[in-house]
Amino acid sequence: MATVSFSVNGEVRALKLDTRTTLLDALREHLHLTGTKKGCDHGQCGACTVIVGGQRINSCLTLAVMHEGETVTTIEGLGTPEHMHPMQAAFVKHDGFQCGYCTPGQICSAVAVLDEIKAGIPSHVTGDLNAAPQLTNTELRERMSGNICRCGAYSNIAEAITEVAGRRA
Amino acid sequence: MKFDTPATTNPIDQLKVIGHATSRIDGPLKTTGRATYAYEWHDRPASPAYGYIVGAAIAKGRIASMDLSRARSAPGIIAIVTAENAGKLGKGNYNTAKLLGGPDIDHYHQAVAVVVAETFEQARAAAQLVKVDYAAAKGSFDLSAGRDGAAKPPGRGDDQPDTTVGDFPGAFASSPVQLDATYTTPDQAHAMMEPHASMAAWEGDKLTLWTSNQMIAWTTGDVAKTLGLPKENVRLISPFIGGGFGGKLFLRADAVLAALGARAANRPVKVAMQRPLMFNNTTHRPATIQRIRIGAGRDGKITAIGHESWSGNLPEGRPETAVQQTRLLYAGENRMTALRLAMLDLPEGNAMRAPGEAPGMMALEIAMDEMAERLGLDPIEFRARNDTQVDPEHPNRPFSQRQLVECMRIGAERFGWNKRNAEPGKQRDGRWLIGMGVAAAFRNNLLMKSGARVRLDRGGTVTVETDMTDIGTGSYTIIAQTAAEMMGVPLEKVVVRLGDSSFPVSAGSGGQFGANNSTSGVYAACVKLREAVAQKLGFNSAEIAFTDGQVTAGNRSVPLGQAASDGELAAEDSIEYGDLAKTHQQSTFGAHFVELGVDVATAEIRVRRMLAVCAAGRILNPTTARSQVIGAMTMGVGAALMEELAVDKRSGFFVNHDLAGYEVPVHADIPHQDTIFLDETDPMSSPMKAKGIGELGLCGVAAALANAVYNATGIRVREYPITLDKLLHRMPDA
Repeated sequence: MATVSFSVNGEVRALKLDTRTTLLDALREHLHLTGTKKGCDHGQCGACTVIVGGQRINSCLTLAVMHEGETVTTIEGLGTPEHMHPMQAAFVKHDGFQCGYCTPGQICSAVAVLDEIKAGIPSHVTGDLNAAPQLTNTELRERMSGNICRCGAYSNIAEAITEVAGRRA
Repeated sequence: MKFDTPATTNPIDQLKVIGHATSRIDGPLKTTGRATYAYEWHDRPASPAYGYIVGAAIAKGRIASMDLSRARSAPGIIAIVTAENAGKLGKGNYNTAKLLGGPDIDHYHQAVAVVVAETFEQARAAAQLVKVDYAAAKGSFDLSAGRDGAAKPPGRGDDQPDTTVGDFPGAFASSPVQLDATYTTPDQAHAMMEPHASMAAWEGDKLTLWTSNQMIAWTTGDVAKTLGLPKENVRLISPFIGGGFGGKLFLRADAVLAALGARAANRPVKVAMQRPLMFNNTTHRPATIQRIRIGAGRDGKITAIGHESWSGNLPEGRPETAVQQTRLLYAGENRMTALRLAMLDLPEGNAMRAPGEAPGMMALEIAMDEMAERLGLDPIEFRARNDTQVDPEHPNRPFSQRQLVECMRIGAERFGWNKRNAEPGKQRDGRWLIGMGVAAAFRNNLLMKSGARVRLDRGGTVTVETDMTDIGTGSYTIIAQTAAEMMGVPLEKVVVRLGDSSFPVSAGSGGQFGANNSTSGVYAACVKLREAVAQKLGFNSAEIAFTDGQVTAGNRSVPLGQAASDGELAAEDSIEYGDLAKTHQQSTFGAHFVELGVDVATAEIRVRRMLAVCAAGRILNPTTARSQVIGAMTMGVGAALMEELAVDKRSGFFVNHDLAGYEVPVHADIPHQDTIFLDETDPMSSPMKAKGIGELGLCGVAAALANAVYNATGIRVREYPITLDKLLHRMPDA
């Protein structure tokens, strides 16, 4: 057992945990923030994506105790049903989901992707590494490909993200 | 309510709410992480223990011995349940293999134990300490090897393994233009995003299961049967389901093991099946070998059509009915179909989205493309020449609606089909060989009894309760739209509660029968509630309008809620069907168009454009219907290009049993997708005049891709999935 303290959605949370506890299980089973989903527990599906220190990570692939003092944002921290984050609202508007299980991960990823592009971080499909990457269809689809949606809402998700980014799909 | 004559004008036809593109009413919950899935009811039951499943490491044989001693002494362990200590278990009506194996093992990763501990980490660690010694037996794992020994499976009602009309062999032999080709489709996995998961809590001999299940009534019955309980002692709660695709139609091991674990631990237990177990532990779509023979005259008219399919399953399992659509889709006087079933010791094969038609159309619609080419006909024209407005086996039985040719023609125009070069391998865009493909879409419309209860309170709020499920299909929203339309209230005044076995039994979610039947059940209950309201308010007229929250007849108008002023008003009813599905063949139709590029050097395939045109009765909500179709198109891309459970034919298991090994489409694989719904109402189907859509969208997609690959490269691949290795050695010169 070990203690760890980090900020989750703006609130400092201290936990006493089995050191084997993943960040994902700390959120879901200990803090009861079940918006973050467990789809595979092996870093293969992206359903557990959360934003830590401004970067998106698979919370199933990291232990909670590794995040002492860090800042975690989950889907619950982005917005509420009454006050949705623009990305959440865009997903509803464009029906960018069906069963909803991959959705929190898609939304956390999408929010982080826009920041990555703004920060000039290149991807596998960026043509010119010296130029600022643009949110093209190819860039968007490449960067979102770590988040599987078996219901197949990709086309709608792309519309939602491009709308939030202020571009036409 | 008995539906036994074609629908006439009814309140749904007002189309004030129904038929409008409407955002999901559960959308804000799902997008903000507030929707509660099976494993996530942390407040009830309180402080559950955690179960971790141990799967069998052999495909067939026996457990010689199990040593639980090290696991039992591990920290935090509360209980370990195995077949030896679980007590007598029955088997449900809907599963073939038993859900807790031992001492006999029926398939790889069949559950053999659940380890229950205080925490997930402790349960997982202790599960690794369970030592099992197996006596493996020889099994059969190879469908192609089992093909010759495959037997004729027993028939079920109208579904007979062999069908024949006219003289197929004679007509085929004498046809001037012939095709005789064999196609294969692989085993496929549902791979829904939410693993099978359940939480169980006992109160005496009463069991509550929070689970993830498509068919509440079936599964409640099977829980009772498996555990030897009266059905009324079992309560299932499943309001949100993280995808199913047929994989959650039935009781599965997670629910049984959570219940057994909770009984042994004497406290609530939750179990989520580990992702790497899912592919071999649960069901899958069985692989098929399909032989299709088509004979036609030079006029392009089919004279003979034959379709045979071989699939495998465990003893007492069913065949994959891949010939189903061939009995109905195209004209032709001489016909035959045959199903054969090989006994295999692979995991249980069962329904996956559009069972039968999905793999059947993967083969048939390549065959139609091949045949069109032999005839020198455009593939759309060939299909049009063989359209039939009646059931080809029973010409006195018309289709209730059939707009297949319209779907194809409208799609062709919208997609720019006339730009396709019929000669393969001739269209280039830089390093890409470009191809276009088309395929018909077809799936039957199924009618199932479905019930609902509707309650009205004094505030004018209408609450619908039914055990119907929403597996992402949009049930919450279309049910709310139905109640709003019927009761004349805005959508915001409707509350929908689903997925609870204490609610009236519905059709459930499967076979694309959910939307039409469940909303028809709500329609029936609302008709009763309208009568109760009218009576309560003292309206005698037959001409009562329910609009804008008011009940109006003549010049008298009363707020709807007033009917409940001295207590809630409730009504319950079911839709039941007469023989309209017997007198009329009810099916849904569509056309899939695909444009793709094949890299001339690497044979990499990239999908560029996709269009589906569907004729499927009234579209209740164009937003959610469209999502069903584009989702199915996406699954069709997977079926065409990547999805295959690889069989280890020595050890008898699916090797790629996780989401890294079993590849499904990701964002980068899917372009923008277009859909068109033809304006159609089908008064034979139900008072809603709707039909299914969710499976139609999948049927034919993969063949459209295969045909596009052929158009791009001139390479005809008949073995799915179409991976690079099947193209590279035959690619045209760059």
